[in-house]
Amino acid sequence: MSAISSYARALAVDGGRAFPIATRRHVHIAGEPLVLIPLTMAGEANAPLAAMVGTRRDDPALLIVPQPRNRDLRFAFADELAAVVLRYVEDRTRQGIETYGKNQDPRYLDAPQLLVPNPGGVGFVRLFGRSTRFRRTTGEYAVSPDVPLLGRWLSFLAERAEHPGSSALLPMTSALNLHWATGQSSLEDTNLAATLGWITSGPDAAREAEDPTVWPPAGPSTDPTFDNEILAPALRQWDEGRHERARALLDRDLRTQLEPTWRLMWQAIDLLRALPAGDSVDARWTEDRNEFTSYYMYVNSGGYPQPRRDQAVAAARRLQRLEREQTAFDATLALDDPLVMANYRVTGEAFAGTVVESEPDRKVPGDKGRRVLRPLLVVRSDDPLRLTVGTDVVSPGRRKQVAKILEIDGDRVTLQIEKGMTVAPTPAVGEEITYTSVFPEGMQSPKLPTAEDTPWTHGGPPQPYVASDDDAREVWE
Amino acid sequence: MTPAFLSEQATLAILDDFRSGQHRGVVVDSPPGAGKSTLVVRAAAELVEDGQRLMIVAQTNEQVDDLTVNLAGRLPGALIGRLSGGSYVRSERLARLANVACDTAVAALTGCAVTIATAAKWAYVKDHSWEWAIVDEAYQMRSDALLAVAPRFERALFVGDPGQLDPFSVVENDRWRGLTWDPMQSAVAGLLRNNPGLPVHRLPVSWRLPSTAQPVIAPAFYPFTGFRTGTGPGERELTYTTTGFGRTPVDRVLATAASSGWGYLELPARHTMRTDGEAVEAVADVARRFLHRGTMARSGDKVEPVTADRIAVGAAHRDQVAALQAALADAPGITVDTANRLQGREYDVTVVLHPLSGRRDATAFHLEAGRLCVLTSRHRQACVVVGRAGIHELLDAHPSVEPVHLHEPVKFPDGWAANQTVMTHLEQHRVPA
Repeated sequence: MSAISSYARALAVDGGRAFPIATRRHVHIAGEPLVLIPLTMAGEANAPLAAMVGTRRDDPALLIVPQPRNRDLRFAFADELAAVVLRYVEDRTRQGIETYGKNQDPRYLDAPQLLVPNPGGVGFVRLFGRSTRFRRTTGEYAVSPDVPLLGRWLSFLAERAEHPGSSALLPMTSALNLHWATGQSSLEDTNLAATLGWITSGPDAAREAEDPTVWPPAGPSTDPTFDNEILAPALRQWDEGRHERARALLDRDLRTQLEPTWRLMWQAIDLLRALPAGDSVDARWTEDRNEFTSYYMYVNSGGYPQPRRDQAVAAARRLQRLEREQTAFDATLALDDPLVMANYRVTGEAFAGTVVESEPDRKVPGDKGRRVLRPLLVVRSDDPLRLTVGTDVVSPGRRKQVAKILEIDGDRVTLQIEKGMTVAPTPAVGEEITYTSVFPEGMQSPKLPTAEDTPWTHGGPPQPYVASDDDAREVWE
Repeated sequence: MTPAFLSEQATLAILDDFRSGQHRGVVVDSPPGAGKSTLVVRAAAELVEDGQRLMIVAQTNEQVDDLTVNLAGRLPGALIGRLSGGSYVRSERLARLANVACDTAVAALTGCAVTIATAAKWAYVKDHSWEWAIVDEAYQMRSDALLAVAPRFERALFVGDPGQLDPFSVVENDRWRGLTWDPMQSAVAGLLRNNPGLPVHRLPVSWRLPSTAQPVIAPAFYPFTGFRTGTGPGERELTYTTTGFGRTPVDRVLATAASSGWGYLELPARHTMRTDGEAVEAVADVARRFLHRGTMARSGDKVEPVTADRIAVGAAHRDQVAALQAALADAPGITVDTANRLQGREYDVTVVLHPLSGRRDATAFHLEAGRLCVLTSRHRQACVVVGRAGIHELLDAHPSVEPVHLHEPVKFPDGWAANQTVMTHLEQHRVPA
């Protein structure tokens, strides 16, 4: 935990109210997000019990599995969920398309955004995607054609959720915890009702959130007392053949479990929408749109479902990419938001101060003997500076203008502008300015061998994938 | 059997296995200061003398430079190619050597008997390959880095210290757990899981560590294999040419360090920020005091003064290092660095800020066995640890809670147990501040 968020947590405990740790919104909230609250059945691995899903707060759809131990009923649920999700995905493509870059690549103007209450919800999406994407639509254990397609889209969203900065699948508690520090433990922070309680009214509301009769758990697990006293009798009705009765009971009771969380989800969306978006949020969402566009086209051209696990080369490539994105995400968060930047000022990786000297026209002899423009400025700062001479730094308002630290003399830092003199004027005397060494550099990753050339050190080339009935048979029985 | 004999036997067995051509890879586990670099230089030199060409992969520019200098000295008749990245500035010690060619393009170094570069640089080399390779500090290398360079060689000798820090990633992701090619594991771990039949050798003798380190470092960090030190009791000695004035805790911990090889300066218990001002000051005081007291180090018959460049100060975090550097601005020769960057280095005395000092919790990062192992095994004479009281209680309150993953080999030693072992020993050399 950073110094700022530790301090903010202490302030939250002291003041009885969550304390903001961001001044900008760092996640994208789509105009029409798809909110999904999944519930699973205790004791069965990721067996869906119910879900509340929809894009409008006054019109949620309730989907239930009247007997979660019955696999046919589970896949009937998957089919119903597929209808909602696939229509939502299709609708994104109707918002229009643009082209970009040298090759005029297409890119949809919108992309799907799935909002779940907590990290457990992301886990449900990932596992449910995995259990549906390999299903066969013919032969033994056939399912509706929409089910494997749903599996691919859920898998796509779950994979996007691993990428730092992606807003394609957001657990609401994590999105809130990025912007507010509460006075509770990080484990308690994954309770949506408690976290919202801290943000909107204080610790009493958070204490109330622990009562499952007032605020039922936001899933995917249900409250054990509910399981014993309400769910079990209803399922027994189903098992004894009274299907109509069972459905009516479940419909009523599961609604009581889901509706409070549904309201919280929309309350959280309102809270986040009220924050002004950070400058880089749009660029990160554009990356989500890019990924959506290319996956949409891949699915439509009949591509394979996502493999169960990464092969050696794919794994290394993915790790490189995730690392690049993490570094860029951490840096842009700070550049977008002075309160996040404060973390780096505490650790001495950034400093804020006043420009006390500025020489915009300074020229020095360059490599080729010609005199080149290298403006100089001196910043006076009271921050505990731990940067060293020779470090490259940028300023939030001048991200393309790279300056190098020439000298540090007490509270005076001398900087020489190295790159991007023309993208912004040299800071003038009297200007308040922040500089940091944390910025997204054009990080390069080396080319890895192709999968067919996987070297002996990593097990040699993998067997090429051949689709077979075994894929579907895996876990039916 | 003398340590020298044991060591020679092990080296011969390694070279035989490597040169036999029966295995595509040979792994050598080496405790701290067991002559890893000597082995690398010897293996390379023997290949070159046989008319072979080879590539060497090391992990940092500093390691590459060290190896280049050693190789150039050992093979005066051969041309050593030092391949580097664009931003690398050739160090002075390389510029002085006639048989070293430096270049950023591998094509310019085709005539070299040995081509040597960091793993990061090798990853960008294409269209060239070598029959033989040596991968140095292979336990510091990540599996995905090996994947990028492995197409460059046919067979390789992997040398490294399994007790050191595992490679690191800014990303937390469990999706590859249990896969033999998990890119987050160390290169050697991945290599051995994919090629279980490869021979694994062990260097048995640490030449660096003093005999006082063996009963701590061997059971804490090498619990199953152990090692012995090359020198016995009395062969190393730390003396001070001046007498301490008064009886300050710092002078007392120096006396303890001289007599036992270990010192533990214990500050009063307190929860602090990472950059604990008092602890930083205490570490700086101890390091400075070694200089002021005119410390002399004897090894065998050789007595040499402990100058600033023979002293290292280590800490877990970069901000702690920055604070320590600032506190030691008046003693610029002293090396101050994180555990990661001190790997593979050697000094007469080291002063360590204990990773758990002043903490409220013990996370996996702070409990990592490799971190403590690196920090407490860089010294030839003595190691002084500075920490706040309560580390033992903190350890008792935070047993390791790392999840266990299917198909993933359990990693030994356990960081929690290693920390307990080291703390138990340090408390025998405790000096309250």
